[in-house]
Amino acid sequence: MAEELKKDALVQIDYKPPKKGWMDTPVEFRHGTYIYPARAKNLKYLDLPNPREWSPTDEDWKLPENWKEIVINGMKERLDKYRSFKVYMDICVRCGACADKCQFFIGGGDPKNMPVLRAELIRSVYRGNFTAAGKILGRVNGARKLTTDVIKEWFYYFYQCTECRRCSVFCPYGIDTAEITMMGRELLTLLGVNVNWVIEPVANCYRTGNHLGIQPHALMDMFEMMLDDIKDRTGIKIEPTFNRKGAEILFITPSADYFAEPGMYTCMGYLMLFHELGLDYTWSTYASEGGNFGLFTSHEMIKRLNAKMYAEAKRLGVKWILGGECGHMWRVVHQYMGTLNGPADFLEEPVSPITGTKFENAKSTKMVHIAEFTADLIKNNKLRLDPGRNDKLRVTFHDSCNPARAMGIFEEPRYIIKNVCNNFFEMPENTTREQTFCCGGGAGLGTDEMMEMRMRGGMPRANAVQYVHDKHDVNRLTCMCAIDRATLTTLMEYWVPDVKVTGIHELVANALVMKGEKERIVDIRGEPLKEEKGGDNV
Amino acid sequence: MNLTELMTDRREIVLKQWLDSITASYSAHAASFFKQQKNRFANPVGHTIEETANAVLDALIHREISTATRDALDRFMQIRAVQDFTPSRAVDFLSALKPILQDAYKDVLRNAELCDEFLLTASLIDSMLVISFESYAKYREKLYELKVNEFKHMAFRLLERANLTFEFQGDDPPGDKGISDNETVK
Repeated sequence: MAEELKKDALVQIDYKPPKKGWMDTPVEFRHGTYIYPARAKNLKYLDLPNPREWSPTDEDWKLPENWKEIVINGMKERLDKYRSFKVYMDICVRCGACADKCQFFIGGGDPKNMPVLRAELIRSVYRGNFTAAGKILGRVNGARKLTTDVIKEWFYYFYQCTECRRCSVFCPYGIDTAEITMMGRELLTLLGVNVNWVIEPVANCYRTGNHLGIQPHALMDMFEMMLDDIKDRTGIKIEPTFNRKGAEILFITPSADYFAEPGMYTCMGYLMLFHELGLDYTWSTYASEGGNFGLFTSHEMIKRLNAKMYAEAKRLGVKWILGGECGHMWRVVHQYMGTLNGPADFLEEPVSPITGTKFENAKSTKMVHIAEFTADLIKNNKLRLDPGRNDKLRVTFHDSCNPARAMGIFEEPRYIIKNVCNNFFEMPENTTREQTFCCGGGAGLGTDEMMEMRMRGGMPRANAVQYVHDKHDVNRLTCMCAIDRATLTTLMEYWVPDVKVTGIHELVANALVMKGEKERIVDIRGEPLKEEKGGDNV
Repeated sequence: MNLTELMTDRREIVLKQWLDSITASYSAHAASFFKQQKNRFANPVGHTIEETANAVLDALIHREISTATRDALDRFMQIRAVQDFTPSRAVDFLSALKPILQDAYKDVLRNAELCDEFLLTASLIDSMLVISFESYAKYREKLYELKVNEFKHMAFRLLERANLTFEFQGDDPPGDKGISDNETVK
């Protein structure tokens, strides 16, 4: 006889997450939520430990035999060296202010993406090994033993943090969770537990000067292409110089600007702007990378990669350095470069040769952000601009995490945008400026195998873009970060496909009225300046 | 009182129970956050869950799966597709509505006429489940398409730099026949 069907027979499967404590919930590696490990050849090139072939889905990660000792000694060394790390380990009162501020938690709901719990992943090991209470009381005190599952958990969650520092804005104690992630990644690096998306660019950068391993001749090829496009669209032939000794200014930007769309259009903007000003500047094929993936590896690696900026400035004998639209590059320049590789006493305090403005904020590093430079030009009426050329664009601005939270540069980009286009719309205030949401792909997460996680983490940002798209018909998302330009493009394709991504100096390039230019009928992308009316080309 | 009136009347009870059930598919911390934070920009997932639930209840009351209903389901599936759910878990929030409705209306379901109406409601829920599954599959496909696009985009630039590509002269990209629409077949 058939069993009697119960009313909820269809929903008998219990889909609720298990009610285990976080310490008893090991990581499950699913495709789309983790990054592929670093290739042995890249680790070898950088003299990093334990180069080998392995996969996060393997049971055995082939850690060094004395891996526990390495981690504990590594923690001890860093607790002694970095006062901030020690303070962050001790000071958290678990008030919860940060808990709902991480976009990976907001978008996905995994509790270990709450910044407080992400920090507990490492704090629990600290308590268990470095505090008397933790050693005696164990779990009661929130302490735990160091096991391979802990290492796996660190790898999973410290590479689900984009080091964007949104959570730190809300912490009453000022705990910078990004620095905890950085320490976690440093400790993993001691074991050879790295991701290739970070380590390969680091190795390339160390060898050839940029993330993509572009050699000088290939770099020149890319510039030729951009210069041809500029001539085609404006009628103006530009001849920039490379590695020129005695130039007044060295210009450094992320390599994605001269290699990938849409960054190339931003780079064309720089070339056009500097040409129009007659700026005495040079590019470098050696310091050909503004980005610094050392920031996502270890402090030692930040220093190694960053050193070329000052070294090249010194070799060329320039007066100061101008930097392009990048995100994490500015965290390194603004917060680390001066002490890591300074003092740059061979450089001068930056002064704009066009306006005479002294950039006192860059007195220490001698490096000026392009948004400050261009905003100053506009403020002093040094540029002829026709914002009407951007009229088909309805623009919003994404504050990139690092320029926003590490530099506090909020007004300059907006000032430029408002001067070069007529249709600008802000996203809601709890999603901009200090509170800006991350693109979901920073700190080395921007790789295709991480797609699901990136779309999850970028969801709060996309949600705010969707709002201004629905309300104001916004069709262009501006940002000043190379990682953003790559990752937001894909993010928009998934969440708000009608919105394209652009750098600020692409908008400047469109609006810039240049001496001797031909009538502009296309924008810098080669697309018609005015929107084509339906039926015209049928 | 017909079922439409009854559903309008008991909407809040059903909504609350259903929201509890949907958010219970997440961790306890997330469930509480998704329910409590009411700012739509600080909590886009919670906001979408509530909007979707309301759109589904609207559809049941008006007995019509409108464009607004489809849009709401689509939006929710866009989110569920990137949230660690298996396909069945991503859409099962709709089947979970049936026992909630049965409980909420158990006192009146012995009425034969209302029972017939309830069957229609159940079939509407089934239709919405199928619609949701289509959206879910669409977004999972989209994720893989984006992976391929990123990779192709990177490779294309390399080929272009190495002068290994040939550019069509026409304005349009190649169509299904493998040629530009501007070209004629000879």
